[in-house]
This record gives sequence, C-alpha cells and structure tokens, in this order.
Amino acid sequence: MAEQRLRDEVAEDERVLTERGVAPEIEDPTAPLVQAGARIERPPDIEGELEPEQELMTINMGPHHPATHGVLRLIVTLRGEEVLDLKPVVGYVHTGIEKNCEDKAYWKVIPYVERMDYLAYFFNMEAFCGTVERLLEIEIPDRAKYLRVIHMELNRLHSHLVWLGTSALDVGAISMFWYCFRERDKILDLFEMSAGQRMHTRYFQVGGVFEDIPLGYERKLREFIADMPSRIDQYEALLDRNEIFLRRTKGVGAVSRERLLELGVTGPLLRAAGEPWDLRKSMPSLAYCDLDFKIPVGTVGDCYDRYRVRVAEMRESVRIIEQALDGLPEGPWIADERKYVLPPRDELSTSMEALIHHFKLVTEGYRVPPGELYYSIEGPRGELGCFVVADGSAKPARVHFRDPSFTNLQAFRDMCVGGYIADLIANLAMLDPILGGIDR
Amino acid sequence: MAKPGAVVPMPDAPGLELIAQEINAAQPGAVTETALENDHATLIVDPAHVLAALRWLRDTEGQRYTFLSSLHAADYLPATPRFAVHYELLSRDRTERLNVKALLADPAAGSPNGHRVARASAPEPRTPGSEAEDVRVDGEAVPLPTIDSCVELFPTAEFQEREAYDMFGITFAGHPDLRRILMPEDYVGWPQRRDFPVGGEPVLFTHNEIETPRWFE
Repeated sequence: MAEQRLRDEVAEDERVLTERGVAPEIEDPTAPLVQAGARIERPPDIEGELEPEQELMTINMGPHHPATHGVLRLIVTLRGEEVLDLKPVVGYVHTGIEKNCEDKAYWKVIPYVERMDYLAYFFNMEAFCGTVERLLEIEIPDRAKYLRVIHMELNRLHSHLVWLGTSALDVGAISMFWYCFRERDKILDLFEMSAGQRMHTRYFQVGGVFEDIPLGYERKLREFIADMPSRIDQYEALLDRNEIFLRRTKGVGAVSRERLLELGVTGPLLRAAGEPWDLRKSMPSLAYCDLDFKIPVGTVGDCYDRYRVRVAEMRESVRIIEQALDGLPEGPWIADERKYVLPPRDELSTSMEALIHHFKLVTEGYRVPPGELYYSIEGPRGELGCFVVADGSAKPARVHFRDPSFTNLQAFRDMCVGGYIADLIANLAMLDPILGGIDR
Repeated sequence: MAKPGAVVPMPDAPGLELIAQEINAAQPGAVTETALENDHATLIVDPAHVLAALRWLRDTEGQRYTFLSSLHAADYLPATPRFAVHYELLSRDRTERLNVKALLADPAAGSPNGHRVARASAPEPRTPGSEAEDVRVDGEAVPLPTIDSCVELFPTAEFQEREAYDMFGITFAGHPDLRRILMPEDYVGWPQRRDFPVGGEPVLFTHNEIETPRWFE
C-alpha cells in the first residue's frame, strides 16, 4: 500500500514538473535500496543511463591496508567518491584465545588475555584478575589498588598516544607520529622498570601485583608526569589550528548519542557525543573512588570531538597518576592468601609450608569455587568486560571478553554511509579499533 | 570475608524478586529462577519468553535497562540444560547491572550422533531469519539449539549473536545476518563447545592439506 502511494506521489510530481517544463530528476523511490549485509548489485534499469563516475563500485579495503590499523577488511560500495554501504569483515587475526584459556590454569591465563587488545594489556589483566578475585572473594591490598591504577592510567596514555600518532598519520600529519612515539617510549621504559617487560608485562596477579615498584621508579614517573602536560600542549599546538586537520575532522562522521547507545558504543566515542558515561566514575573499582578527575565530553560527536575527548582524557590520566602517586599507601602489594598467591621467594629456603604452597600453585594452580561473573572496567576504548565461568577445577570453564572495539565497530557503518571515502579513513582513525581485541 | 573493591550496584534481593514477579505477571512462566551471587543479580528466564522479559526490562518505567553491555553464550557440559545465553543489562539512570540468563537445552542430547555435532557442518546456504537449524551428521539431521534474536530490541547484539552462533552453534531466530564472524565462512564445527577438543587442531597451512587431505572432516 505504502509503496503504491509513494509511486503515485512521484508520478504526480513528475507530471507537475513536466507541465512546468522542468525535466523530472526524481529517482524511483522503490528502487532497490542498499541495505546492511545485502549483496550490492547494480540496479539493471539504471545501467547505461549513469555517467561512469556515478556507477556503483564495490571494493575491498583491506585486510592489508595501512590505514585499517590492523587486519580489518571493509567491503565498501561507492558511487564515485560517496560511500553508499559498508560492511566490516573481521576474524583475520582470530587466534582462539578464549578457547585456549579453557585449557590453562587460572594464573596461566593472564598472559593469554593480555594479548587480546594489545594496546590495553594492563586493562585486560585487570578485567581478568578482578573477575577471579571476586570469584575467590580475595581483597587486594590498598597499595596494589593504587599501583594498578597508576599502571592502567599509564597504559591509557600509551594507548591514546599510539592512537593519536597513527590517526594523525592517517589524515596526513606525519610528524605527530614521532612526537607521540617519543612519549610512548618513556611509558614503556617505566613499564620495563616496574614489571621487567615493555609490553605484555604480566604485572598484575590474582591478589595484587607481582612486585613492588623499584627504587627510583617514583622519581622517574614524577619526571614523566611533570613533562607530559607540556607535551600534550605541543600536540594540540600542532593539530588544533591545523587547517587540514580541522577540515578533515570537523563535522565528519557524527552519529547521534541515542544511536550510539543503541549500538552499544562506549568509551571516548560515546563521550564525544555528549554522554558522560565512564565506568571509572559510575561504577568505580580499585582506587578510582579516592581520586579526583573529570570526564571530558564532546558536543556533536564528530571526529573532531573524538579527538578532543581523547586528548582531554590524556590530561586527566596525568592528573590521576599524580594523585595516585601522592596517595600511594605503604604496605604489602599482594594479598597474604597463601592458597592463591605465590609465597615470597626468601621463604622458600626456610619454610616447608611455603615450599608446598609454591609447588601446588605452580603445578596444579589454585581452584576457584563454582560460579560465574561478569566484571567490567573502563578501558581506553570503552567498557572492557570479562566473563568467567568457574566449575570448581583449576582451569576456567569459560573466559569471554567483551571487547569495546568489537562492539564499537558496529557503529562504523553509521559514521561512514553518506560521506566521502576520504572521510572513511578519518572515521576509522578516530574509531580506534584494535583488531587483536576484535578477533581475540 | 570482605568483598573486594567497591560493590557493583545491582538490584537487591527483594528488588530482584519484585522484578521476577512483575515479569511473570506480564508473561506467565517467563522467569523461572532468580540468583544473587558474587555481587551479581541474575534472572534465569525461559528461552521461549526471553524477548518478552527483555522488552519488559527495557521499556518499563522504573526499570529502564536500556543498555545491553554484553551478550555471550556458555556451554555448561555436562549439566542440563547444557547451554546458556547471558544478557548483561545495564540501567544507566541508576547504574545497576542485571544479568538475564536463558538456559537452552541441547536438542541433540538424545540423538545417537549428538556427540558429533560439535564438529558438524551447518546447512548451506543459510537463509537470513530462518527458523530452527539442523546440522548434518552422516546425512542425518541433528537440530541446533535455538533462541529468539534480540537484535530488534538491542541492535548492539548483532555481532555478539553472530559470535555466539559461530562459537557454540546456537541459532538466533530472526537475526538479520546470521553468519560466522570470527571463524572462516567454510569452517566446520562449533569450536567453543566443551566437547570440541582443545589443541590438536591442525593449522590451515597448505602442507597440512597435502599430508592429510580433508583433515577437518
């Protein structure tokens, strides 16, 4: 019925326009529309009438495209430069991490989950360790909470720096990449100092953190956070008044707040659209309730807002680290739970009990009572959730990660359709997907 | 023993019972059980009425669980019912989380070929929005567990339902585009089922195919 009415209306419009001597240029409203997931075929009735640049063209972007930040494949339907439809295809770096975790003792799972979202490894560790701690009902010491916050916020800075460098590179600002990676390297130096590794540190343990921070770490970290705000000023000085950057980002890829919420988008993308939702504030875990920080939000939710929100978040992260360092309590850095936590190294040569505990923990691992839990934290890209099913054995029965990149990718179509293909690259840069996290 | 960190806000025990009663008043038999453990409130719902329960939780004034944080499946082998689909709902107004869990029986449980479903192929070609699915084991049809898709209520579930289908072989009736998402399109089996072996999976290199042709069957 509705279709017939639409046809009648168009016929009427055409008749009126022809009477006035104006050539009708109204397209058939019932012509096959391009739908998500539909196979795009050139409508046969308009073939030949179109100028060559108006013809629909379906191309593959990726999986090996430098601007896709990983192995993301996009099937893009274009009319000239305009994006008519877009379909992401993922799974090229699926490595079965969730399945592998089911075959590993709980403490051996930690290095696996770190490698999912490879720029947010401290967050992955915290999501998993936090879930297991809640299943075991272990309280972690205050010092461990603060140390975790310090490392997670450093990790957030690190992730945003990689994002800023590569995103600016995507829209043509090459020098940003070097400046951002200069600061990123300092963060990796700090990680190396406290955890022994630059990436994938396995620093968080169930019950706390692996080791206390070494002598001289605090001084080095203070130097870094004293330095960082002026470095962020430098980034902004390079980009904020750069006309190319502004034209590439302002008014590009805006999606309404309501639509983003429907699509389950979280993190800086959602906050850029004006929704002040941050799990660090709304459901604080660790030491976040003791710390004073703001949630930056945007107004219209275009690419420029996404850039501004993330850069403002970097400033807030520096503030959080500073406060956490000032308020860092003395005391143990790992819980005194001998059934779940490795005994101190020096006790192994003197205490038989410690030796037995160490042996049991290293060979079999600890058992987690049956239960299941979903626990989520605010990662650099949004809500990072971990779901663990424990069946009473020493291995988890199911480990699932709700990765923010995976969910946020669903909003990519809404950002790009109707825009130009050059904007697609800008949108992808500001979406900040990490394919290791999407594919797991 | 003290609970770690700040407690995740959630409905308390009477609140959860009230929610269960009101859903059951609107749709008799929808909520079969409630559970409160590890600071997590869970409604266990009948899979036949999962959409009614979710719609009630999303739209009712005073509840407004409008945000679906995560949808994931789990295989509880050897328990029965074997599968579960979890809906982690979030009310942003009150910052409360609620887990809705739909327990799904395995329709292949009694079948002689039931133990081979984990490595059985899906029928081809798949039609979008089709009803209950069968897989073929030695030419015999074995049904897959089926639940209604909640994509129309929560569009965010589209990728996550595809992942649950891909990994567990749970079909979502009414899903607009139910295809494998992480595994290759021609992959055979449901890899995250508990009776699918860990390890021993030959990597898809060319020499594997030459040495053991059709190893995946």
